[in-house]
Amino acid sequence: MNSQRLRGLIRKEFLQILRDPSAIAIAFVMPVFLLLLFGYGVSLDSKHVNIAVVVDHPTPETSSFLGSLQQSPYFNPIQYPSIRIARQAVMSHHVDGIIWLRSDFSRNLLQKKLAPVGLIVNGVDANNARILEGYIQGVWQNWMNQRALDSKSPLLAPLQGQIRIWFNPALRSQDYLVPGLIAIIMTLIGALLTALVVAREWERGTMEALMASPVTMGEILVGKLVPYFIMGMGGMLLSVAMALFLFKVPLVGSFWVLLLFSTLFLLAALGMGLLISSVARNQFVAGQIAIIVTFLPAFILSGFIFDIRSTPLPIQVITHLFAARYFVASLQTLFLAGDIWPILLWNGLALIIMALFFLGVTWRRSHKRLD
Amino acid sequence: MVGSPLQFLDVAKKFKRSKGEVQALQRLSFHLAYGQIIGLLGPDGAGKSTLMRMAAGLLLPDSGQVLVFGIDTFSPDNRIQSQIGFMPQRFGLYEDLTVQENLDLYSDLQGLNKEESQKRQQELLALTALDPFSKRYARALSGGMKQKLGLACALLRSPRLLLLDEPTVGVDPIARRELWEIIKALKEEGTTILISTAYFDEVERCDEVILLHEGQLLGQKTPGEFLSPLSNHTYLVNRKDSSRRQLQEELRFRQGVIDARIFTEGVRVLCMDLQIHPASGENWVPVPPTFEDAFVSLLGQKNVLADSPELPTRILPRHEINPEVVIEVNELKHFFGTFEAVKGVSFQVRKGQIFGLLGANGAGKTTTFRMLCGLLPVSAGILRVAGVDMRRASTSARALMGYVSQKFSLYGNLSCNQNLSFFSAAYGLKGKERRQRIDCALQEFQLSDYRDVNTDDLPLGIKQRLALACALLHDPLILFLDEPTSGVDPLARREFWQRVNGLAEGGVTILITTHFMDEAEYCDNLVLMSRGEVLAQGSPVEIRSKARNDVCSQPSMEDAFIYLIQEHEAVIRRFS
Repeated sequence: MNSQRLRGLIRKEFLQILRDPSAIAIAFVMPVFLLLLFGYGVSLDSKHVNIAVVVDHPTPETSSFLGSLQQSPYFNPIQYPSIRIARQAVMSHHVDGIIWLRSDFSRNLLQKKLAPVGLIVNGVDANNARILEGYIQGVWQNWMNQRALDSKSPLLAPLQGQIRIWFNPALRSQDYLVPGLIAIIMTLIGALLTALVVAREWERGTMEALMASPVTMGEILVGKLVPYFIMGMGGMLLSVAMALFLFKVPLVGSFWVLLLFSTLFLLAALGMGLLISSVARNQFVAGQIAIIVTFLPAFILSGFIFDIRSTPLPIQVITHLFAARYFVASLQTLFLAGDIWPILLWNGLALIIMALFFLGVTWRRSHKRLD
Repeated sequence: MVGSPLQFLDVAKKFKRSKGEVQALQRLSFHLAYGQIIGLLGPDGAGKSTLMRMAAGLLLPDSGQVLVFGIDTFSPDNRIQSQIGFMPQRFGLYEDLTVQENLDLYSDLQGLNKEESQKRQQELLALTALDPFSKRYARALSGGMKQKLGLACALLRSPRLLLLDEPTVGVDPIARRELWEIIKALKEEGTTILISTAYFDEVERCDEVILLHEGQLLGQKTPGEFLSPLSNHTYLVNRKDSSRRQLQEELRFRQGVIDARIFTEGVRVLCMDLQIHPASGENWVPVPPTFEDAFVSLLGQKNVLADSPELPTRILPRHEINPEVVIEVNELKHFFGTFEAVKGVSFQVRKGQIFGLLGANGAGKTTTFRMLCGLLPVSAGILRVAGVDMRRASTSARALMGYVSQKFSLYGNLSCNQNLSFFSAAYGLKGKERRQRIDCALQEFQLSDYRDVNTDDLPLGIKQRLALACALLHDPLILFLDEPTSGVDPLARREFWQRVNGLAEGGVTILITTHFMDEAEYCDNLVLMSRGEVLAQGSPVEIRSKARNDVCSQPSMEDAFIYLIQEHEAVIRRFS
C-alpha cells in the first residue's frame, strides 16, 4: 500500500463528493429529511383520537365518565344524540369509534350490577383499533378506581394491575424510531452512495484509466473505503446529535459503545456497497440492487419499525441475513436501555462476521482486470 | 525477441455475451520495434480495443502470452503499469475535477514526487497548450482539449510505451493536428507509441501499420509496403457533362473497378488490375494510391461485398427534384443565457442537395442544427423549413423531417424490428402502410438478418443503418444527420455515404455535420463555422480554393478547414 497513491485517491474522492450534488443529497440532505420526517411526521402513538360518545340517558355518573374521557390526552370525545348518527360519523370517518352508554348504565352501576360500556371501533387500521381499545379500557379502569376511592368502597375488580413502563416510560415513539434511523442513514451512505460512485467510475471509463496506472486494487478499494467511512460516521454523528438535542431522545448507554457498533455496521455496509458495485457496473443497476438488498431490508426487516418477532418464521429467518437487524437491535438497546452486554455481545459478533464476510468477498473478487 | 516494448504470442481472447461467445482475438502474434509510431487499423469489432487493453494488462489472454518489455501481463506486480501510458477511448478523466486536479491525481498515482511532478506538469501543460485552463473543470473542456488532457495524464511519468485507443474520435481537425505534433515530439524522445485510429491520413503518418480484421492480423507493414502493390491502380476520373455523384454511381458498377469515391473535382477509382476502363467522355488521370485504397482492396471484398451483395440503387423515398429552396436561414441567432452561441448565420439549401455544416468543436454547428430541426427555439432571425416558419409552427414542419442524432437514439434493449415499429408508430404510421414501410426498410437496409437482435449487441455500422432506416420510415423531405459517422469504421462509412447519395438522387434534402474532411467532399454545398459565425460557404471546390496560397497550391479540405479557422481564431485563441 503506497501512501502517496492512497492520498491522491482519497483527495480526489473528497473533491468529487463536495462537487457532486447527488452525493451531497444522499449524504446530508436525505438524512436530515428522514430524521425530520420520522421525528415529527411519523408517530405510532394514537393521540387526540376523535371518538363519538352516545349517552342515551344523561346522569351524574355518565357525565363523570365523560369528564375522565375528556381529560385523557388520547381522546377527543364528541357527543352525538343517537347511535344511528354516531354510526354515520364512523362511516364518514369523522370519528374512529363510538362509546355508547345505554339508558340502563347508571341504574346498573348504582345497583352494583354489571354496567356494560358499549364500544365500537373502526377496525380498518387493525393496529390503531387495538391501541384505541386498550386506551378506552384504561380510561374505564381509571374511572372505576377513582370512584372506588371517592366512595371509600372496595373496588369491584378482584385484581388490580400496577403497570410500570420500562426504558421508554413516556411511550414516545420518537425515542424508538430515531435511534433506528441511524441504521437507515448509514446504509444510505455506506451501501447506496458507495455502490453508485464506484459504478460511476466504470460508466465514465475512469476505472479503466485508474487500472492502467501503477495503483493496486487494494489501494483503489481503501481509497473508496476511507472517504465513505468518514462520510458515514459523519452521518451517524449528525443523526445522534439531532436525536439527542432536537428530539430529546435519551442516550442511556455509552457513546463510545455506540461509536464502536456504528463502526462495525458501517464496515459491513461499505463491504456490501463495494460488492454490489463489483457486480453492477452501471449506476442504474447498482442503485436498484443497493435499494433492494440493503436499504429496503434496513427499513422493513430490521425491526426499525416493525417488530421482527411478530413476522412469520421464514421472514424471521431471512432477517438474520441483514446487518441492519443486528445494528437496529443494538441501537435501540444502547439508546433506551443502556449497555446491556448479553444483547450487545451477540449483535456485535454478528456485525463483525458480516463486515468481515462482505469486505473479504469484495477483496477476493476485485482484481485489476476489466473482465 | 526479448525486450520488445510489446509482444503478442499466439494470443486468443473470447468474451461471453448474452447469446454465446464472441471471439475477439484469435491466434494473434506480433511485436513492436522500439521508438516507432505504430498505427492499429481495423473495422469496428476487429478487436482493436481488446488488443490495447491486453497490452495495458487490463485483460488477460485466454491462451498465449502478452509481454510488455519482456514482462508477462500475468505477473501480479505493477511493473508493467509503471512503464506504460494508456489513454482509454473516453480519455479517463474525472469530469468534476479541474485540469490541475486531474494532473495531480495521476501524478500521485504514478508516484512522482512533488518536484518532479511540478516540473513535468509544467512541461506537459506547455506542450498541450492547456496552461491557461488549469483551473477549468474537465467537463467544461472541448473534445480536443479533453483529449490533450487525457494524453497529458498518460504522459506524466514519460512512459516508454504509450497506448492510445482511438484518441481522435469525435475531435476536430485542428485538435487532431495538434495531437500529432505531440506524438511526433514523443517519438523524438524515444517513446514507442501504439495508436488505434479510424482515420486513414493518420495511418499514413505511422512508421508501421498493424491491420486487424475480425481478431486476426491481416498484415504488419510500413504504409509504403501496403501501398506499393497498388501503384498504377488508382485514377481520378472526370466527365464534363455529369455530376460527380452520377459518375460515381456508374463507375462503381463498372467491370474491373473495385471502388469509386468522390474526391475533390472528380471520382477516385481503384482498379482491380493495371487495365483501365474508360468510357467515352471520361478523363482518367493516374494518382498515387492512399491508405484508404489499400484498406478497401484488402478488406473491401471481404466485408462490403459479403455483407451486402448488392447495394440498393433505389432507396426508399422518391421526390420530385426541382431547384426550390427547402431551407432558408437568415441572420439566425441563438443565445444560451447571455452567451451568443450562434451569431447571425445565413444560408439556403435547395431540394435534393447534400448540405454540410463543418466546424471545430464548439463552433455552434450542433446548436444551428438543433434550431433547424425545431429542437431549440430560435432567438432571432428567420428560419423557414419547407416553407414553414419554424418560429411559429415547428410541429407541422417536423413531420417532414427525419433526424439521426450523434448517438443514434435507438432503444438498446429493443430489437431492430421493435425499434422500427416503435418509430413508425411515433411517426403516426398505421396498419398496412406501417407494415409495408417496416418490411421495406428491413429489406432496403439489409437488416433482415438482425431483425430480432437487440440493438445494443449490434456493431456500430449496423446501428447506424438502423438509425437511418428509422429516420426514413415516414418518408421525410429533409434528413438531418448529426455526425452520423463518428466512430464508425471506414467500410461502414463508405456504405453509409452510398446510401446518402442515393437518397439525394431521390430528391431528399440532406443536412449533415461531420468531422471527417474527406466526407465534406461528398457535399454539394458547405458552410464552415467557427465561434458561432460562418467563415466560408460554397461548394467544396470553392472552399478549398479560398485556402490556396504560396505555401499550399493544392489544399485539401482539411488544409482549407485549418487555414480558414486558424486565420479567424488566431487572435481569439491567443487571448482566451
